[in-house]
Amino acid sequence: MAVERICVVVVSGTRERLQMAAMAASVAAVSGIEVTIFLSMNAVPYFVKGASANPPSEGAFGDLIVTKKAPDFKTLFSQAVELGDAKILPCSMALDIAGIEADTLESYVGEPTGLSGFLDAARGAQVWTF
Amino acid sequence: MAEKKIIDGRGSFCPGPLMELIGVLKMSQIGDELEVLSNDKGSAKDIPEWVRKVGHEFLGTREENGVWHISVKKTK
Repeated sequence: MAVERICVVVVSGTRERLQMAAMAASVAAVSGIEVTIFLSMNAVPYFVKGASANPPSEGAFGDLIVTKKAPDFKTLFSQAVELGDAKILPCSMALDIAGIEADTLESYVGEPTGLSGFLDAARGAQVWTF
Repeated sequence: MAEKKIIDGRGSFCPGPLMELIGVLKMSQIGDELEVLSNDKGSAKDIPEWVRKVGHEFLGTREENGVWHISVKKTK
């Protein structure tokens, strides 16, 4: 049986979307699904080492995520890698535009990847965009 | 010898208790029994589904005073 594969593309910098992306990626990764996460645009700065995991909410639910102390999205992404062997690939274009060096990213984030590399990773996989 | 371990996931929300279970499962031996405590109703439903999907043994769920006790045996 073919391995099920999912690419999770994260471009948003809002709490609800980062949270949903992290939840979907982490649970998929620990369920035997091959997961690749491609970080770009507004999502990237949150993955600089030591950066605050405190993005703005889109609505009231985002605030509830904080007050109810749901697991934070950075913890879930790191668990996707550590417990589920997911790969997290930062977008090389986003790093260049934001002026972020790859070696300043969290240790669980992989090598900068361009669109050609991402398209290779996404070939034949479901792609979910947040 | 098989061990019984308690994972206190109270106060966390889905998928927090599940991820805590998986972290402990990875460090456990085949035959160990793990009991997750959670006051999150979503986790009480989701954890048994995950256990069945990946092929461990689901031993049962019971609810006491708003806390779910979800029991799992590591089988592989």
